[in-house]
Amino acid sequence: MWWFYLSKEKRKKMNNEMVTIFWIYNAFALMLFAAGVYCVVVTRSLIRALIGLEVMTKAATLLIIVGGYVTNNTAAAQALVITMIVLEVVVIVVAAGIVLNIYRHNDSLDIRKLRNLRG
Amino acid sequence: MSLLFVLIPLLVLIFVNVLPKNVGKKILFWYAILLFLAQVIVAIAYYLLTKYGIPCERLVERSLFGRSIDVDGITFIMMFCVGIVSLASLIVARCVIKKEEISNYVNLLVIAATGMSGLVISSDIFSLYVFIEIIAVSSFILISFDRDINALEGTFKYIIMSAAATVIMLTAIAMLFMSAGDTSFAAVKKSFDAHNVFTICAAALFLCGLFIKGGLVPFHAWLPDAYSSAPAPVTIFLAGIVTKMSGIYTIIRLVVSVFGLPAQIQSVILMVGAVSILIGAFAAMGQNDFKRMLAYSSISQMGYIMIGLGAGNSLGLAGAVFHFFNHAIFKSLLFVNVSAVEMRTGTRNIGELKGVQEKMPVTGWTSVVGLLSVSGVPPLSGFWSKLIIVIALVQCGRFGYAVIAILASVVTLAYLLILQRKVFWGNVTEKYAGIKEVCPSVVFVEIMLAGITVLCGLFFPFFYNNFLTYIKELIF
Amino acid sequence: MEHQFYFHLMMLIAIILAALWTVISRSLLKAALGLAMTSAILTIVMFKLDSPLAAVFELSVCAGLITAIFVSTISLTRIMTHQEIMAQSKDRMKRFGVLPLIIIFVGVGMWLMTKKLSITLPPQATETDVRKVIWNMRHLDLIGQAIMLLAGVFGVVVLFKQGKEKEDE
Repeated sequence: MWWFYLSKEKRKKMNNEMVTIFWIYNAFALMLFAAGVYCVVVTRSLIRALIGLEVMTKAATLLIIVGGYVTNNTAAAQALVITMIVLEVVVIVVAAGIVLNIYRHNDSLDIRKLRNLRG
Repeated sequence: MSLLFVLIPLLVLIFVNVLPKNVGKKILFWYAILLFLAQVIVAIAYYLLTKYGIPCERLVERSLFGRSIDVDGITFIMMFCVGIVSLASLIVARCVIKKEEISNYVNLLVIAATGMSGLVISSDIFSLYVFIEIIAVSSFILISFDRDINALEGTFKYIIMSAAATVIMLTAIAMLFMSAGDTSFAAVKKSFDAHNVFTICAAALFLCGLFIKGGLVPFHAWLPDAYSSAPAPVTIFLAGIVTKMSGIYTIIRLVVSVFGLPAQIQSVILMVGAVSILIGAFAAMGQNDFKRMLAYSSISQMGYIMIGLGAGNSLGLAGAVFHFFNHAIFKSLLFVNVSAVEMRTGTRNIGELKGVQEKMPVTGWTSVVGLLSVSGVPPLSGFWSKLIIVIALVQCGRFGYAVIAILASVVTLAYLLILQRKVFWGNVTEKYAGIKEVCPSVVFVEIMLAGITVLCGLFFPFFYNNFLTYIKELIF
Repeated sequence: MEHQFYFHLMMLIAIILAALWTVISRSLLKAALGLAMTSAILTIVMFKLDSPLAAVFELSVCAGLITAIFVSTISLTRIMTHQEIMAQSKDRMKRFGVLPLIIIFVGVGMWLMTKKLSITLPPQATETDVRKVIWNMRHLDLIGQAIMLLAGVFGVVVLFKQGKEKEDE
């Protein structure tokens, strides 16, 4: 499959600049993920935990898009991201419903008040 | 054609919901029962047809949509489990959940079961994520179904950990996509290289996400809370099939079809399995709540499936899948008994309950069958699956894990016997003197599940030759 | 080429700053708006990375729909009094003040660690149109989305319905 090696040569020339871009994006996606994780772990309000989850999901979205760009496969990457966004909306809606119900019972959004169940 | 497994339930569900209210509700319940029975029958029919030589696998693959769909021997065992556990949950729900909310419950149950059917037929790692999310969302809603504050708290913890696991899985999918160009199993398998740090990191991240979803130690924090605070039929559904499907089945599928078992992954799986067995068994001993004890016991049994998988040979894989099937049956049986006791006495506290056996004999005897099967006492089915796992571990030289497996069985027997003695045997207290046996449909479910356990145990050679040899052929 | 590179870098720093503002800001409404801003900047980044359709989806759904859901959830729950906000904000700064340092540390650590890794690129994809990929090649995902939306509908019915009756009581 000699043509395969040819195309690999051509792609290798573009690779160096793409590699730098790729690792920069990777680093920033990891930073975004760290911000989201910190938000979920440290916060005291239920809604802010959901916002932290959202930020983490954005990091994952960024990583998929960068992966598609670097491998020249933006079509598949966009298809994945579109499906991901649809699924994530439903999860957020259900989570917001749960938070509202907790608020109605407890009359507060404090996470420290949810200590009924023993860990 | 295997797309029909997902398409037909979905379309019929939409159609049944669109019908006017009075007609729709009755039809919905019987449609759900029919759907689950159909799943069970299709699973059995697949095996009978393959036994008589009709190449069913090729029949199913030769479809227009054959690109991201794949069916093999493990698939139909899973479908059988889904059908049986959903039936049990549905019949128990009829007695527990209020009349006006039952249609929502049945809808969500059918959606979760459809999601699980989609999970077993998908052959693309992104589709795995899609269907795991579907199962997760339906279980969030089901756990908080009666909007009790404990249930809401359990659901919230489950949501946070499940979403974290999802993000970790997505990161792993992104990394695998980058190195393979496409997300189907074949492409990822071709580009997976055990010596490349990038792909091994991706595999490890994916497995971490799945460990969180499956409730394995050290990510099991959400599991006892979610199981013990959910309404009774939902716990049956969760423990019997949901946690196992989204966590354990996906790990089995990835190891068999995508990653193989390189040394690092094998050691991780074995260690996580062994730690789950030990922590699950020992944590279950100090519990006061009936359901919490069974939840920790579930974690322990998940560990067995993991070390069976990690043994690395085809016998281990067969043992793992058989234990999966057995656990679906006997854990559902135990949880059905818990819900029966809770329905009649109103409490789950082990210290308070005493001597229930006199008033509820069927529940008592089926509970004995269930607990003997969990602990691996011959001739019930649990004994055979644990034996296969132990033999597989010895065959590949990991004696330490085999010893852990046997010891944990003894501990399991100990605490479950204590449970049985405290709750069922002995003389009944006056507070519960007036209770009666549960409604006949729940009795029917208990007898059916206990019967399957006993049959699988007694006729084990028959099952081994006919069903498990197909799994043994799946050598990675 | 340098121009492109600095544009990418600036956009990424903008995302991190927006995310930091989202996480650290005092009031929940400002946090939700910060989330919308993060989505918007992510849209620009995606557009620059040759993914226009996903960028449009992200803008309309995440920056629009999810922000609306968050704002309606926030407005349905109690707003704290001014004293409570002030009392909480000092404590907040103690807890969240260390976050920018953590982030910079993570970023630099990742950058240094991965300079040695190399990835091999996969073969060229066969289909380059997003629409064809979604509709012709990923049927199972489409059915999955339909099932998920149906599950969402039932979730809304189960979780949001009882509240109205309780308020009537």
